[in-house]
Amino acid sequence: MTIGLSHYLTVAAVLFTIGIFGIFLNRKNVIVILMSIELMLLAVNLNLVAFSAFHGDLVGQVFALIVLTVAAAEAAIGLAIVVVYFRNRGTIDVAEIDLLKG
Amino acid sequence: MMLSALFFYLFAIMCIGAAFMVVATKNPVHAVLFLILAFFNAAGLFVLLGAEFLAMILVVVYVGAVMVLFLFVVMMLDVDFAELRAGFIKYLPVGAIVGLLLLVELVFVGTTWITAPDLVRDVPTPPVAEVSNTQALGAVLYTRYVYLFEAAGLILLVAMIGAIVLTLHHKRDVRRQSVAAQVGRTRETSIEIVEVETGRGLK
Repeated sequence: MTIGLSHYLTVAAVLFTIGIFGIFLNRKNVIVILMSIELMLLAVNLNLVAFSAFHGDLVGQVFALIVLTVAAAEAAIGLAIVVVYFRNRGTIDVAEIDLLKG
Repeated sequence: MMLSALFFYLFAIMCIGAAFMVVATKNPVHAVLFLILAFFNAAGLFVLLGAEFLAMILVVVYVGAVMVLFLFVVMMLDVDFAELRAGFIKYLPVGAIVGLLLLVELVFVGTTWITAPDLVRDVPTPPVAEVSNTQALGAVLYTRYVYLFEAAGLILLVAMIGAIVLTLHHKRDVRRQSVAAQVGRTRETSIEIVEVETGRGLK
């Protein structure tokens, strides 16, 4: 009953899948989409730390630290954009963000 | 060994369950709270892996800062969240199919992954008995990866300035204090001496 690398990788894979699933499921609500992205980044961090621990290489944890930094910056900017968008349009429905008509 | 396996399953199941509730719950405030639970359990998994510093950073940065920011935005915006969930059932099948496919692929990759036997360790982890995780990480981060560390700091600075610039707005009709104008007043600009004749009054 020893916990190996593949146990951690499976947990991370399930977390990442839930993140993808959440984006598909709540494709109107920007805030839940941002939360799903946070879940996916958490899964990536779990992968990096698991590899780092099982290989005895510290670089994985350094990289996880950088991923954490970028995720925090991304959340701050994303939420700021959501706030500004809500102030201008009165909704955060992704389907209605079509001013550019791409 | 048995105990650590038990804790692994506890943290893993709690983490996955909370993550599922994040995407499935109706109330976005509950979603944020479930995300906090997921992050706490992920921090537990990090501790089990021996990465104590990252676990504490996860709790401090994510639960303490990012999730509070999420909660603040969810509560600040007056959004009709029920309306935003209108297509929930419609999107369920395609989301489930894509998610299931991805999960199968990821689990295949994860379980059949074979460690390269002669893997070159870039920075070998020192034994835990001699150096703590935080100390070892600091010794690597501030020497070999100092430029990466500085770049991370710059990214945070840019994100901070960007978020402030995006959300700051001045209302036209609100009177604000102007400290410079107050301090810059002189005797000549603020006082006027008027000669008033007796019995005439001031016009």
